[in-house]
Parts: sequence; C-alpha cells; structure tokens
Amino acid sequence: MFDYVWLIPFFPLVGFLINGFFGKKIKNEAVIGAIGTLAIFSSFIVSCLILVEMIGLSPEKRVFEKVVFPWIHSGNFKADMAFLLDPLSCIMIMVVTGVGSLIHLYSIGYMHGEEGFYRFFAYLNLFCMSMLLLVLGSNMLVMFIGWEGVGLCSYLLIGYYFHKKSAGDAAKKAFVMNRVGDFGFLIGLFTLYWWLGSNHNIWTINFTEIKAASHLLPYGGVVTVATLCFFVGATGKSAQIPLFTWLPDAMEGPTPVSALIHAATMVTAGVYMIGRMSFVFIKSPETMMVVACVGAATAIFAATIGTAQNDIKRVLAYSTVSQLGFMFLAMGVGAFTAGIFHLMTHAFFKACLFLGSGSVIHAMHYALHKGHLHDDAQDMRNMGGLKKAMPITFLTFFVSTIAIAGIPGFSGFFSKDEILWMAFANPLHGNLNILLWGTGAIAACFTAFYMFRLVFMTFFGECRINSKVKDHLHESPLVITIPLMVLGFLAVFGGYIGMPKLLGMLPNYFEHWLEPVFELAGEYGATYAHHGAHPSHAVEWALMGGSVVIALIGIAIAFTMYVQNTALPKKFTDTFPTLHRAVYNKWYIDELYDYAFVNPCKALGQFLWKGFDVLVIDGIVNGVAGVVMGCSGVFRYMQSGLIHNYAWSMAFGVVVMLGYYVFK
Amino acid sequence: MENLNGYLIISAILFSIGTIGVLTRKNAIVIFMCVEMMLNAVNLTFVALSRHLGNLDGQVFVFFVMTVAAAEAAVGLALMIAFYNNKESIDVDDINLMKW
Repeated sequence: MFDYVWLIPFFPLVGFLINGFFGKKIKNEAVIGAIGTLAIFSSFIVSCLILVEMIGLSPEKRVFEKVVFPWIHSGNFKADMAFLLDPLSCIMIMVVTGVGSLIHLYSIGYMHGEEGFYRFFAYLNLFCMSMLLLVLGSNMLVMFIGWEGVGLCSYLLIGYYFHKKSAGDAAKKAFVMNRVGDFGFLIGLFTLYWWLGSNHNIWTINFTEIKAASHLLPYGGVVTVATLCFFVGATGKSAQIPLFTWLPDAMEGPTPVSALIHAATMVTAGVYMIGRMSFVFIKSPETMMVVACVGAATAIFAATIGTAQNDIKRVLAYSTVSQLGFMFLAMGVGAFTAGIFHLMTHAFFKACLFLGSGSVIHAMHYALHKGHLHDDAQDMRNMGGLKKAMPITFLTFFVSTIAIAGIPGFSGFFSKDEILWMAFANPLHGNLNILLWGTGAIAACFTAFYMFRLVFMTFFGECRINSKVKDHLHESPLVITIPLMVLGFLAVFGGYIGMPKLLGMLPNYFEHWLEPVFELAGEYGATYAHHGAHPSHAVEWALMGGSVVIALIGIAIAFTMYVQNTALPKKFTDTFPTLHRAVYNKWYIDELYDYAFVNPCKALGQFLWKGFDVLVIDGIVNGVAGVVMGCSGVFRYMQSGLIHNYAWSMAFGVVVMLGYYVFK
Repeated sequence: MENLNGYLIISAILFSIGTIGVLTRKNAIVIFMCVEMMLNAVNLTFVALSRHLGNLDGQVFVFFVMTVAAAEAAVGLALMIAFYNNKESIDVDDINLMKW
C-alpha cells in the first residue's frame, strides 16, 4: 500500500480540477459537494490503509520513501517529487484527511445556496492537496510547495466573500504576513543546505539524509541561525508572536474554512515543521529557548485577548493562537511528542468548536433573516439560551469546551497536561522552566475562562436575540450535525491513545508510535541537558492536580460572571475601563504594527511613487521626449513640401559627398 | 576606343543640363523629361565604358535602366494626369501638401 502514497494528494487534486474547471457548468450543489467530499474521503481511506499497514511493521522499519518522479537534478542539487511516510507524517495525513473529510461534508450543508459554491469546494480540495504535500514531502522543497500552496488557498478562502472590503483586506493581510514567514523559511533552507554542502560535501535537502548527517551539525552557531529562520517561517504560518495578527482577521472567511485551515490543519504546519526537523532544532539550545518562550508568551497573550471579544469566531481564533502557543511551548522544551499530540487533539476539539460556532451562526443568520433584522449573527451579545433550540450543537460544543479547558477524562487534558508537565520537568532550560510552566498554567486558566464565557453567553441564560425571531431558531440539518458528533466523540476519546504514564490505565500508544521519529532529537538534547534531580511522581501528581484546579478556577470565574451574576462583567469594565479597552482592542497590536511597519511602508511607497517614480523615472522619460519634440519643432520646417527644396538639398548633398571623396 | 573622353564629356553635359532642369524648372513634365535625360546620360556612360573595358555588364545594366525609365514614365504621367484633374495645374510648386 505504501507505493500508492501518491494517491493521497492526487485525489484532492482531481477533485480540485473537476470542480475548478467544470463546477460552474455542473451547477448542481449535491454533485459538486459529493465530488469534493469523495475526493478527500478517498484520501482518508488510503491513509487508513497505510496506517494499518504501518502499525503492522516493527518500529524501526516504519520509514518509507516513495519517489514519484525525479524533479530537479542539477549538479549537486537534487530534489525529487518524493513522499516520506513515517509515524509522524502518518498522524498528519490521518488528521488532515479525517478532519478534512468531515469539514467537506459539513460545508455541503453550511455553504448551501452560496454564490460560488463550486469555487469553495475547488479551493478546499486544492488546500487539502497542498497540505498533504506539505506533510508528506520528503524534502524541504516539496514541503515548501505545500507550504506556499496552503498559504495561497488560505488567501483565496479568507477572501471568499471578495465583494466585502474587510474580507479582501484580511486576505491580503494573511498573505503578506505569511510571505514574511516564508522568507525566513527559505533563508533557513539555504543556510542549512549551504553549510552541510560546503563543509561536509553533503548537498541535500532531503529530510532522511539530513537526519543521517545531523551528527555533523554543531550545537548552536550556524544551526541557531538556520533554525531561527525556520522558526520565523513557523511563526508566520502558525500565527505566533510577532506574526499572529492575521489569524483573527482570517475569520472573515466562511466558518468551515476557519475550522479546517485556521484551526485544525494549516496553522499547525509550523509545529509539524519543527517536529519534522526536530533533530536540527534540538541542536541549538538558543533556538529551543526562543521557541519555548515565544510559544508561552503567545499562549498567554492571545488568551488574555480572547477574554474580551464578543464575536464568537474571534474568541475561537484567539483561542487557536493561544493553543498553538502551547504546541510551540512543547516543541521548545523538547517535548515533541506532546506537541504533536496536542496538535492532534486540538484539531479534533477546535474543529468541533468552530463547526459548532458555524452551526450557531447558521441558525442565528436564518432566524434574523426571517425577521428581516440586521443584527450581527456572530455577536455573542445577541445570543444566549441556545441550548434548548440546538441540543446537538450544544452538546458537542460543550464537550469540546471541556476538552480544551483541560478537565480530566477529555482529550485536551491529556495533551495539555503533558505539555505543562514537560515545561516544568524538561532538562533543557534550567531555571526558566518555572516561568514557562507558570505562564502556561495561567494561560490554561484563561483558556478555561474565556471558553466557558463563550459557552455561557451563547448557550445558557436568557435568549437575547430579538424576541420576534426566537421561534425561527432551530437545530442545523444532519449534514452539519454528523461531523459535529464525530468530532465531539473524538474530542472526548481522542486523548486516550496518549494517556500519561502516571495514570497508567492504558499504555501511551502515541508516545511509542512517535518514538522512532524523535529518538535522535532526544539523544542530542541529552548532551547539553541539565542533570538536576528528576521531579518525583508526587510532584507530577501535584502539578496535574494543580492544572485541574486552575482550569476549575477559570470555569468558576466564568460561571460567576456570566451565569450567576450577569451584572459583574459590566461592573468589572467600569472599574477598570483602561484595562478593558486595551484587552478589547487586542492590546493595540494592530495599531502598533500599523504605526511601526504599515505606515512607514506606505510612506515609503508614497515617496517612491510621488518622489521617485513621478519625478525621476517619469522625468527622464518625459525629458527625453521633450528634447526630441523641441528639436523636431525646429527641424520640421525643413520639410517644406516643395519638390525644389528637396531636389536642391539632394544635389547639394551629392556635391558635398563627391567633393569629399575627390579632395580628401 | 580612342574617343572615350568625347562620350564621357557629352554624357556629363547631358547630365548637367538634366540636373539644372530638375532644379530650376517648375513644369512637372519638363522636370520629368530632365530626369529622363539624366538617366540617359548615365546610360551613355555605361555603354561607353562597357565598350571601353570590353565587359558587357554595363550594357545589361542599361536595359534595366531603360525598363525602369519606361515604367517610371507610365506611373509618372498617370500621376500628373491625376494631379491635373484635381488642381488644373502641373506646377510642382502647387504640390505642397506634404509638409511639416
């Protein structure tokens, strides 16, 4: 089955081509949706077969490379269109195709009646193909194609409602910020390629070959430069500080897009990339520290912003940024398995949350439309009490919220607790560990708070929607609720494959599965690890209990503020108006960037336009034309129209020329 | 060929007369005839030198010149008739629209 790995990105490509070229003619939404969904579902089937086959192999044999065709061979440089199958990419293709299939199915219901239905499915398939190239690519160049492809699809889908200015702006913002990151990725790629090539004559961009040669890489130095550049790429794609502001704006796209691209898959590409190159990243202690710190900072920073947003999708967007911060924290402390584990569980519960919010928005929109009202269908202040009207959506949303908040027994608990534990106990960062753990723990508290605030504002309490349209609120159709139920199930039980050893009820399958991938990174890390006392089981139990308590505190605060005493939030904002304004306005980061980068760039552009282009370039061109025109203004009178003048000048010229030859 | 000089002198005289005619006269037909005279002066030089040098290339060239001159006569006279129909004149000073 491994030989057919190329089928995985191939099916979505076919789906994209059919819907892209003929979708407009097909017109029938059911057919278009079926093509798109079947394309990615076929990939899912192939992925499942590959996974089953790989489970059957012994761990050291679980690496397979399939060269589909030779691509660029030039001198020392060699890049094939080749796919790499190992436990890591297996997990990724399962997540991408599995969650992707569900979201395609959901989109059939959600996008019903939208203009450009076929366009949506074509883009969605193209995205899946790019994402699968990204995770399957066996060298950095194939990965980079996918990397760019998902960026392009993200741009196209954020700007899906392109007639809205805000959507177009958001799309451009996402694209430009991603470009900044891509620049870093390329520089990192060049640096690594050049260093290995010129110093050890190993000219390669192939992951397996780099892994084999990774013992030649020094600790720090050039590796720090290369990995920091790669990390810049990761911050762009995965919305980390400083390149995170595009993700909340990306919510302008349709909700399934937010679920698939801006929560479950594309934004985790940066995490995946670090995992894929763990053996390079771990060689630079400095980069690991930067990754951990940036991750922790993003986790808490985005979480604080999430507490004050009123747009249901924006809360989820900041939550995504925050959760990605947790994943980077895990990567940065060398807990690659925990990071990938959180990536997977996050894909389940965050996709479920986004799709659930889509279901809510869908219902709100329908009801408001029926009543000819123009209230904001995404504003939580207009919601409330939806529990009764939408029981399935509520239930799935609620379990996912519990999962993300980190309540024991749900998937998010296992992964987040593993990350926090590793942040505390990892041997790489010494005294920084307490800080990393503390930041993560507080961010977890905020997470529990804003997620439950969202649930309480949306589903509990009084229904604040205009009473005229209350009766129009109803549960979404099956095509929407089935994906919700599947994802909700996964959000609860998906975590049991990676139970911490401490709880010991089930073996940690996930860790064993990924062991061969991250083994080498662990060895490199051990060479500079601090050999302090290993924290005892008691400490681990205490921390686990602590993180549960922290989550419960967050939930309790949300419960007090948004269910028991709904006047409290108002009182709070009145007491600390400045704080609330700052948080509500996202700490004015957008304004800061406008001030620091966007406006200077605009001013430079203005100068180059008005100052350089108009004055210098146009000046030269128009000047030349002006001189020619001035001269010809004088000389044109030579053309008198009189034959005699021409004849005389000709005769004169002949005489002069003859004279020259005769007398020279 | 003892009197080559004579042919060349006659040819030069004819060419000069033609040139002066082209430069000074205003009647298009006269100018046209003067051009023909210049062409024939050149023809004469070709033939004379051809005979003097014992090379027939010059004679062949004369045929071409005569052919072109004949064609030119046909086209030129037609142009003049067309011009006369429009302007009631064949004075070259009246042909002055193509300027500046």
